[in-house]
Amino acid sequence: MSAARDLVLGRIRTALRDAPVAPDVPRDYRPAGRPASLETLIDRLVDYKAVVHRISEEDIAATVSGLVSGTVVVPPGLPPAWRPAGALQDDGLPQDRIAAADAVLTAAAVAVAETGTIVLDGSPDQGRRIITLLPDVHFCVLRAAQVVAAVPDAIARLEPRRPLTWISGPSATSDIELNRVEGVHGPRHLHVLLLAE
Amino acid sequence: MTTFLGMPATAPRGVGNLRGEQTFPEAAHEALANSQMRRNLRHATTTIRGKSGKVIAELPDWQALRDAGSAIKADVMSRLPDLLLELEQKVTDAGGVVHWAADANEANAIVTRLVRETGSDRVIKVKSMATQEIGLNEALEEAGIAPVETDLAELIVQLGHDKPSHILVPAIHRNRSEIREIFLREMPGVDPALTDDPPVLAAAARKYLRETFLSTKVAVSGANFAVAETGTLAVVESEGNGRMCLTLPDTLITVMGIEKVVPTWQDLEVFLQLLPRASTGERMNPYTTMWTGVTPGDGPQNFHLILLDNGRSAVLADEVGRSALHCIRCSACLNVCPVYERAGGHSYGSVYPGPIGAVLSPQLTGIEDNASLPYASSLCGACFDACPVKIDIPSLLVHLRDKAPHPRSERAAMAAAAWLMDKPKMYASAQRAAKLARIAGRRGRGLPPPLSGWTAGRDLPEFPSQTFRDWWAAR
Repeated sequence: MSAARDLVLGRIRTALRDAPVAPDVPRDYRPAGRPASLETLIDRLVDYKAVVHRISEEDIAATVSGLVSGTVVVPPGLPPAWRPAGALQDDGLPQDRIAAADAVLTAAAVAVAETGTIVLDGSPDQGRRIITLLPDVHFCVLRAAQVVAAVPDAIARLEPRRPLTWISGPSATSDIELNRVEGVHGPRHLHVLLLAE
Repeated sequence: MTTFLGMPATAPRGVGNLRGEQTFPEAAHEALANSQMRRNLRHATTTIRGKSGKVIAELPDWQALRDAGSAIKADVMSRLPDLLLELEQKVTDAGGVVHWAADANEANAIVTRLVRETGSDRVIKVKSMATQEIGLNEALEEAGIAPVETDLAELIVQLGHDKPSHILVPAIHRNRSEIREIFLREMPGVDPALTDDPPVLAAAARKYLRETFLSTKVAVSGANFAVAETGTLAVVESEGNGRMCLTLPDTLITVMGIEKVVPTWQDLEVFLQLLPRASTGERMNPYTTMWTGVTPGDGPQNFHLILLDNGRSAVLADEVGRSALHCIRCSACLNVCPVYERAGGHSYGSVYPGPIGAVLSPQLTGIEDNASLPYASSLCGACFDACPVKIDIPSLLVHLRDKAPHPRSERAAMAAAAWLMDKPKMYASAQRAAKLARIAGRRGRGLPPPLSGWTAGRDLPEFPSQTFRDWWAAR
């Protein structure tokens, strides 16, 4: 293809001429498949300044409306029963309308108990990455069945070719004297609506 | 040896940020006088060490994860050409365009051309070691393109016309009042009533960058990991500035060192556990973005991946030294290093400071250009213990010291000492003769020229009043 490509590959091959074959990778760490603990997840989420609401599915819309009064963006595939009154559906909304919204409400793909992480995979009930980035408040609905024990379980469940966003608490920085400050560019508030099932 | 196409090469001179203007001893000498910086550094490294130790202790399988991480990296290096070709194929299949850059000049030229093709005169940047290494910002500015650093610490460094001093927290040498002063002086439209409260400062950066995020059509990022099997790239971050850059623009250009590739999707389960805990002392960093080529309707619709050599092939060619390329840029070794804590990141003269920098910089540039760095260590071994992928940094430092050019006088002195020590009788009489030096010599002074260079940075031990042999014979 390009001269640089041939050059770089040639250099690496020359460099590795005498390299031995690497031994097999030991994978003696804890594998996927352990039972997930909701209590651990909640503990980790709270530790990262997310707010956890243990509610039932019927209460989603009312919970969201009770916490924000302004515009709530929802992805096109979000179940109708979850939507708060006046929700603004993202059918390719322009950027400035998403940025002007007060909150966003989505589902999730997986949550990792041990690290307090929620993963979005761009499914229709989670939407484009932009909608969970610009509004200041993110409401995320999580079912108990989506909670896994640790990172290997999440990796096993996720489809890598989807655009994936791993979220552990709201946006934060520690760049000023290592003081943790919640909220820089991403949503400053993360509310997890954990469904009692 | 003849030079032929494909001979491993070091990073070119005159471009990028791998070489300092001073040697480590000179720069460290000045840095040691800056007590404010030392205080800031000590506070920061102590805090991160504490946090990191706590969350690492939560994992019963930390050592097994380190073993796996180390072995995956060794595997990557041993079959790097195949993995890069696989990555290229998968990224291309997913709608991305892959470019190869032999060095900093080529990479900067590719990025500049790609940005020009978009018609934009500004790019937003995710914090990235690779683009700092190649001096991309300087190259873009020269081409009339404004690079905007969006990570808060990088923004502080950029606005302060300063250089980063730590891999992970580049403004670690600045405290809140210094940051407030920089913002007041350099940030257009900033509230003059700005306080030095960290949330207030972070909010000022949010406000300042928001419009730039929303209106800039091109972003440049690095990559923490690239999965050969799937073509997936990953960037880990905290603030959401990374998500902004990776999501909002039309065009995304990612510059990635060739060593960042991992073979399989499953391998990420190892590194996503190792990196945040070793690095920031968090169970997981607040945001990780993963993308594979282009996703219609979501995120940038043009994706370019630049695979960068810039001296890495020279590192690979050294069978002892190649494990330095296992580094995942977590900075754990900086935070435990007694030398780094006192000398600060700027003393290393390279974008890669601390123990790993003392190894990696001279490897990337050739030892001649960074000959003092392998000595910027007490060889205490704390860095090896802290490294999440088990890079044996002390052994690499010793290996590089051996390769570093030594002054002729030093080599002659060492050869003479070796010759003498090989002859027990002569050695004994030399020891006795040395006693005379106690009487004849002035104390507390170094050696005379041409050996004075040796004692400029070292204490010359005082000769004992009695040799071990004399003591042994007398007892």
